[in-house]
Amino acid sequence: MDKTHLELTGVSIEFPTPKGSFKALDDVNLKIKKGEFISLIGHSGCGKSTVLNIVAGLHRATTGGVVLDGKEVNEPGPERAVVFQNHSLLPWLTAYENVELAVKQVFKGKKSKAEMREWIEHNLNLVHMSHAMNKRPAEISGGMKQRVGIARALAMEPSVLLMDEPFGALDALTRAHLQDSLMEIQKDLNNTVIMITHDVDEAVLLSDRIVMMTNGPAATVGEILQVELERPRNRIQLADDPQYNHYRHEVLSFLYEKQRKVEDIKEHQTAKKSQPEATAKSA
Amino acid sequence: MSSGKLVQMLPAGIAQGDGLAGVISFVARTLGLPILGLALFLMFWQAGASKVETSLGTFPGPVEVWEQTQALVAEHLEEQQRAEEFYQRQEERNAKRLEKDPNAPIKVREYIGKPTFFDQIGTSLITVLAGFVIASLIAIPLGICIGLSASLNAALNPVIQIFKPVSPLAWLPLVTMVVSAVYVSDDPMFAKSFITSLFTVALCCLWPTLLNTSVGVSTISPDLQNVSKVLRLSWMTHVVKIVLPSSVPMIFTGLRLSLGIAWMVLIAAEMLAQNPGLGKFVWDEFQNGSSNSLGRIMVAVLVIGLIGFALDRIMLMVQRFVSWDKTAVFR
Repeated sequence: MDKTHLELTGVSIEFPTPKGSFKALDDVNLKIKKGEFISLIGHSGCGKSTVLNIVAGLHRATTGGVVLDGKEVNEPGPERAVVFQNHSLLPWLTAYENVELAVKQVFKGKKSKAEMREWIEHNLNLVHMSHAMNKRPAEISGGMKQRVGIARALAMEPSVLLMDEPFGALDALTRAHLQDSLMEIQKDLNNTVIMITHDVDEAVLLSDRIVMMTNGPAATVGEILQVELERPRNRIQLADDPQYNHYRHEVLSFLYEKQRKVEDIKEHQTAKKSQPEATAKSA
Repeated sequence: MSSGKLVQMLPAGIAQGDGLAGVISFVARTLGLPILGLALFLMFWQAGASKVETSLGTFPGPVEVWEQTQALVAEHLEEQQRAEEFYQRQEERNAKRLEKDPNAPIKVREYIGKPTFFDQIGTSLITVLAGFVIASLIAIPLGICIGLSASLNAALNPVIQIFKPVSPLAWLPLVTMVVSAVYVSDDPMFAKSFITSLFTVALCCLWPTLLNTSVGVSTISPDLQNVSKVLRLSWMTHVVKIVLPSSVPMIFTGLRLSLGIAWMVLIAAEMLAQNPGLGKFVWDEFQNGSSNSLGRIMVAVLVIGLIGFALDRIMLMVQRFVSWDKTAVFR
């Protein structure tokens, strides 16, 4: 396969607090190939978002660093587009204008006005949002907002697409719908993606590799699971697939046996008893 | 017309199918209660005023105030009439002169009469708006800079907090002296009293807009700030596309507070600076001390209140026009 596209080497980060510095991440190492779909999974508070923010350039690692295509990452930039958990669309702009803001910024001087228009419409079309192009975020549903957020990120033509629990705030049906859309887009564009999730099914369904993080403080990469399910993947067929269920089991056992959250033990045990097959969701 | 149709024509606030009873209760709520409140106020005013004796006669009740209002309107109309007659006479005189000798020098003089109550209202409005605009032109950009920079905020905050509570009466002597010293010209475009009042107003009404703008700007959602960082927006684009729209509500809260303060301060400033506006009207009537004076001052009080209210409503309309969020509740 291709050589390393994005590399995290010995990434640690400490945040200053009134009680002294707090080490959130310790020695995170990860190599990602071009076109790979990576999921970061772990309990809440384990520093998944911090890893993503470091790759995005919104945080700077205290030691270690991130190299993308041979260049060190030290500030945010559109080549590492982020899909934020709560869409983060500008509420005063329509869906079209939100994407336009990104396109104008990235393709200034490279695309003509007409090309930009076409490119914006193309990306909104990709996420099936061309019917609501001229609506403001307040006028569309949560799932639709997240679609526009994805279109905005895709329109930047990023070398890495960073997704911070992109479907976390959506209901299960909308989430499944968007996951399918994402797989479809991914089939055509073959982007490099890092996605944070706390949903085991989502991780197994979408990823090439699942990076499981240990609990913080000083969280790091615990295990990495290679998911070798054939694409295109179909959630209904996979439901009975022994391989699929094996992967799910691996992730669940990492989360609830090896990295069980100590302070939450009681909560988790009762939750497990009542719904043993439930989707793993951190509180 | 059936009552059902009537219901459909009425604005929101009454549910469909409430029928005639709903319409009646809606009208009672939106019109009846305010009218009742006003009527009660007038009753207490009349009853209370007749019991207060001053050296200038009984304190004016609603009836006297109404009479004085009519008197002030009559005075204004009379003055207008006089001005018209003056210009007519002047025109006739000039026409006659030109008839005799086409090259005769012609003098066109302006009518200088006593400013009436309504002229004074006009002066006050111009002064307050000029002061308010100057204050806003300083406060909004400065507020944005303070909101964007924590260091600038730390540096300027003590200064702002110290000057914010200063009364216009304390500023006025200083502003008067500075204006007299700096604004020297043989043919001044504006009267000194106007400039003094204007800057006093600006100095006092600067602060709410400044503080609210800076708070609005500094509390922009961190998510939107991240979007701006990821897109690497330039400083200008960041301010125009993200900072301004998201702080519009706070900026307008500040502007409305500022305009209210500006209008309050103006009356005091005009009184002392002798700017020919409502403040001077009140002061002159007080000095005049006729039996009508208190009634006329009371008219001014009511007019000041009504104009203050109208100014706030106008700002609200501007906000509604400027704001991106048309569904927001404005009050």
